[in-house]
Amino acid sequence: MKETEISKHTISVLVENESGVLARVIGLFSGRGYNIESLTVAEVDAVHHKSRITVVTSGTPMVIEQIKAQLSRLVPVHKVSDLTLSGPCVERELALVKVIATGEKRVESLRIADIFKARAVDATNNSFVYEIIGSTEKIDAFIKLMEPLGLSEISRTGVAAISRGTLTM
Amino acid sequence: MAERIMNGSEVVLQALADQGVEVVFGYPGGAVLPLYDEIFKQNRIRHVLVRHEQAAVHAAEGYARSTGKVGVVLVTSGPGATNAVTGLTDALMDSIPIICLTGQVPTHLIGNDAFQEADTTGITRPCTKHNYLVKTPEKLARTLHEAFHVASSGRPGPVVIDLPKDILVGKAPYLEPAQVQHRTYNPVVKGDRADIERAMALLATAKKPILYCGGGVINSGAQACKLLTEFSRMTGVPVTLTLMGLGAYPASDKQYLGMLGMHGTYEANMAMHDCDVMIAIGARFDDRVTGNLDFFSPGSQKIQIDIDPSSINKNVPVDIGIIGDVGHVLEDMTKVWKAKQYKINAKALDGWWKEIDLWREKRCLSYKQPKDVIKPQHVIRRMHALTRDRKTYITTDVGQHQMWAAQHFGFEHPHEWMTSGGLGTMGYGMPAAMGVQIAHPDATVICFTGDASVMMNIQECATLKQYHLPVKTVILNNRYMGMVRQWQQLLHGSRYSESYSESLPDFVKLADAFGFTGLTCKDPADLDAVLQQMLDIDGPVILDVAVDDKENCFPMIPSGKPHNEMLLGDETNEDQAIDSDEGMVLV
Repeated sequence: MKETEISKHTISVLVENESGVLARVIGLFSGRGYNIESLTVAEVDAVHHKSRITVVTSGTPMVIEQIKAQLSRLVPVHKVSDLTLSGPCVERELALVKVIATGEKRVESLRIADIFKARAVDATNNSFVYEIIGSTEKIDAFIKLMEPLGLSEISRTGVAAISRGTLTM
Repeated sequence: MAERIMNGSEVVLQALADQGVEVVFGYPGGAVLPLYDEIFKQNRIRHVLVRHEQAAVHAAEGYARSTGKVGVVLVTSGPGATNAVTGLTDALMDSIPIICLTGQVPTHLIGNDAFQEADTTGITRPCTKHNYLVKTPEKLARTLHEAFHVASSGRPGPVVIDLPKDILVGKAPYLEPAQVQHRTYNPVVKGDRADIERAMALLATAKKPILYCGGGVINSGAQACKLLTEFSRMTGVPVTLTLMGLGAYPASDKQYLGMLGMHGTYEANMAMHDCDVMIAIGARFDDRVTGNLDFFSPGSQKIQIDIDPSSINKNVPVDIGIIGDVGHVLEDMTKVWKAKQYKINAKALDGWWKEIDLWREKRCLSYKQPKDVIKPQHVIRRMHALTRDRKTYITTDVGQHQMWAAQHFGFEHPHEWMTSGGLGTMGYGMPAAMGVQIAHPDATVICFTGDASVMMNIQECATLKQYHLPVKTVILNNRYMGMVRQWQQLLHGSRYSESYSESLPDFVKLADAFGFTGLTCKDPADLDAVLQQMLDIDGPVILDVAVDDKENCFPMIPSGKPHNEMLLGDETNEDQAIDSDEGMVLV
C-alpha cells in the first residue's frame, strides 16, 4: 500500500466501562485531527465492566498506526483491534428510516423495502418506519432509493463489527 | 487484612505517605480545606505554599525532574484547577510524573454551577496522562495508588485526581499500595529481542552512525544514562542530545556533538543529515529537532527506541521500532553487541569522524565578547566556569536565554537541567527552581531567565523568601522578548510588533521589596565578580544583567528548512532576512 493512500479501517476498542471513557476516545480523535466516520459503543461484559467501542476511521497507513497506538495508550483501554487488517470481518449497522408518502410512492417504498429485506416496524396511513440491517453500503443504497419516495428522517446506529471465524479480541 | 476506616482526608495523606511523598506544592481553598486541616495535624508530609497554582505544578516538575520521583500538587476546585492547566500541559509534553490533587465541590452539587465549580476532569482530560473523579469513598485509596502507578510507569506524565469535598470529609476504607493492582495499564519495559538483534546487525554495517538521544534516557534513570555512555564508548558512535536529553551524556566527552535541532550545533545537525544509521533513543522526532520532514536525514536507516508505542512512526517512519524502557533496551543492545562480537567498521568510522571534525571547525557557537557590552552567551559560559566545583542545577524560562543556556552550559550529569521543552512555557523557570531547591537544599540552583519570562511568575519571589530558598535568578535582560524579536527581524521585516519590554520594573528594588538581594551588572569587566558575589550570598538573589539587545541566537535552522541549511551567526549580518513565505506560516 502506498504511504500516502487513504484507506478506511474499522477499529474495535475494548475499554473499561467507566465514566469519561468515551469522552477520552472522542477527544483523542478531535484533538489530534483524526476522522470519525462512525462510532458505536455499548457495554458487552457486565460482569467485568467492559464496553466495546467500534470506530470507523480513515487515513494513511501511518495515521492509522498512530490512531491505534494512541488508543492503546489510553489508560482504561484493554485492547485495540484493527478488524480491517486482522482478517475477514462482519460489519453491520441498523437504521430506522421514516418515509412519509401516499399512493404509488408508498407502495413503491414497500416494494424496495422487501427487496432489501427491511421490515416495517411502524405504520400509519401515510407513513412507514423501516428497520434495515446490513453493511453501511447497503443502508446507504436503501436510503438513496427512499429519497424520492418521501424519506423524511433517519436514525442509524453506526457500525458494529466482529471478526469472522474463531479469532477473538 | 482488616480494612482501616479513616476520614477521606486521612486516606489521602496516608496514601501519599505510603507512596513515599515527602513534599506537596499547593495552595488552599474552600474545597480542599479538609485536606489542609489534615496537613496541619501531621508532620510527615511537608507542604510548600506557592503564590499561584501554575507555579505549584512547575515546582513539582522541578522537584520530579531533579529527583526522578513523582511531584505532588494540591490545589482547590474551580480557579485552583484551571490555573494548574498550563503546568499540567507542560508536564504532559515533557513526560514528567506529577500527581495533581484538585478539590471539587461536594458530589451532590456537581453539575449545578456551584461556587468555584469547574468540570476539572473534562478540562484536564487532554492535558493529563489520565485523570479521575472520585465519586465514592470506597474508590479513594485505590484511585490514589493507581494514579501513582500511572504517573510514574511507562512514559511518565501528569495525573489529576479530582476530590469532591464530601469524599474528603466522609469515612473511607484505606488500602495499602500492595493491595492495588492496575487492571489495564501495565506498559512493556523489555524490548523485543529479535528487533534488538536486527538493530545491532544494522549498526554493525554502518559507516556513518549516530545516536540521537532525548529525555527518555533521563526519564529511564541514571543507570540508563550510564549504559548510554558505555554503549557509545564501546562502539565509538557519535552522540547528539535533544533539549530534553541534555545531561544524559557528558557534554565534555569527545564523542558528544552538542545539542541538535533548530538551535543545535552545526556538527550535530550536519551529522544527523548525512548519517547512514541513526539510533533514536528516548527521543520523539519533534519538529524542533527534525526541521523540514521532507529533507530530514534522507539517506539513513532509522532505529527508534521508545517506551511509548505512539512515539514510533509518528512523524518519521523508522526501519526498526523497539518498544521498551531505554535502560532495559540499552542493556540488551550491549549484550547482543558483545555476544555477536560485532565490530563497527573502524575505517569508515574514522572517515566519519574526520567529516565531523571539519564541521566542528566552524565553531558554530563562538562569539566575541567586546569591552563595552555583555554578550548573553558569555554570562552562561562564565556561570558554568564559576560553578564547576559545585553541585549545580539549572532551570530556565523560554526564549533566547533558554537556547543560550542549552548551548553554552555543559551538562555532565542527568537530572541537573530543567527546562520547558515541549510546551515552551514562559514562567517555568523560577517555580521549577523552587522545586529543585526544596529537593536539594544544599545545592546551587540557578534559574536563567529573560526580562519578559521572569515577569510571568514573578509572584513566586514570595515563596523563595518564605522558605529561604537560595535560588539564584539570572535575568539576561535585553529589554525584548528576544526570541520574538529575533523572528520578527528574520521573518517579518524587522517590524518589532509588541516585543519591546516597556516599563520593566527595577529588579533590584523588586528583590528588595520581597525581602532579598537584587544585583545588577552592565560592565563586562564586572561580570565574574558579580556572579561570584551572587553565588556567595546565602539566600535568594535576583541578578539583572544588561546584555546586548541585538544579539540573536545562532546557529538556527529556520522553520521549513532542512538540517544542512543552517544559519550561522557570523554570516548573518544585521539586515539579513530569511526570504521564505513558507517559513513565515510555520511556528
